Amino acid sequence: MLNYEVTFIADPVLSGDEMKKTVQAYSDMLTKEGCSITNSENVGLRQLAYPINKKNSGIYHCIQFSTDVGHIVPSIELALRRDERIMRFLTVRLDRHGVKYNADKRSGKIGKSKKTVEREEEKKKEQLKETRVPVADRKPAAKAAAVKEAPKTPAPETTPTPEATPAPVKEAVDLTKIEGIGPKTAEVLVAAGIVSYTHLKMKSADDIKAILDGADAKLSHLDPTTWSKQAEYAANGEWDALKKWQDELDGGKASSSEEE
Amino acid sequence: MANKEDIKFLSNPNIGGAQKKYCRFRKFGIRHIDYKDPDFLLQFINEQGKILPRRISGNSLKYQKKVAVAIKRARHLAMLPYVTDLLK
Repeated sequence: MLNYEVTFIADPVLSGDEMKKTVQAYSDMLTKEGCSITNSENVGLRQLAYPINKKNSGIYHCIQFSTDVGHIVPSIELALRRDERIMRFLTVRLDRHGVKYNADKRSGKIGKSKKTVEREEEKKKEQLKETRVPVADRKPAAKAAAVKEAPKTPAPETTPTPEATPAPVKEAVDLTKIEGIGPKTAEVLVAAGIVSYTHLKMKSADDIKAILDGADAKLSHLDPTTWSKQAEYAANGEWDALKKWQDELDGGKASSSEEE
Repeated sequence: MANKEDIKFLSNPNIGGAQKKYCRFRKFGIRHIDYKDPDFLLQFINEQGKILPRRISGNSLKYQKKVAVAIKRARHLAMLPYVTDLLK
């Protein structure tokens, strides 16, 4: 029994059905000649390391088959060469180690290299990022985003998906833009549930003070009287007006700094 | 000509003793190198995409040849570039 493996790259514009038809055509050709196909794996769309026929990506497919006679190989290659949808192909004769390797791979005994795992995780993060909702409508959309995240997470193993869930911390809103709020204060506020400027502007100064005192005694010296007003500007997006007022303020404190 | 005993070094020249290089395929019993796995093969090429010599990669001759063949096949299938910059 001779074992072969043929890998080919097909045009990226082919739809799923067209690809299946192409693969089916070659599988049929093989089985007609009396080969048994051990595995037919669609690796999928991949970026090419260099452009082929001016295309930068392609759909990879791999067929492993075994046969008693080897004369079908040239005829398969001829058919692949003639097919306009196929950009590249490679036929390889597998030795017994190769056959064993493929069998192990199929049964899952062979793990993926660190880099492949890394790459897959990054891809998933990218996908999750795209479904994130922009800053403007966070409250109603936060629930929608949470619902969207759920079907994406059937993904396997170690993916740090809890990191990607639309938890309170969003990069977009930077509470430190308010004069008087530094990174430590921002953390405390976020932990208390104030994640946006709208939240902040709704709280009164006393509420904020209570939160700060409750969280950390070191923060009790801060004077949050102007914060909600600043937050109002920020929530409305009036950054110019806010900046102007912040120039007048001193460390977030309105009125005279001459006071003791 | 100074003898061995006459030469004194400020720091021991044997520090950072050479890491014993071994062929990872022989050590871990890997018999087949898959050309379809570019992430694994990245270990054996440099930033320009060139195949690393045996004295750097530590492979035995038999497996170095297999690695080279696998890399060339991967290049044909556009999974690895022939020549590039800043690959890693």
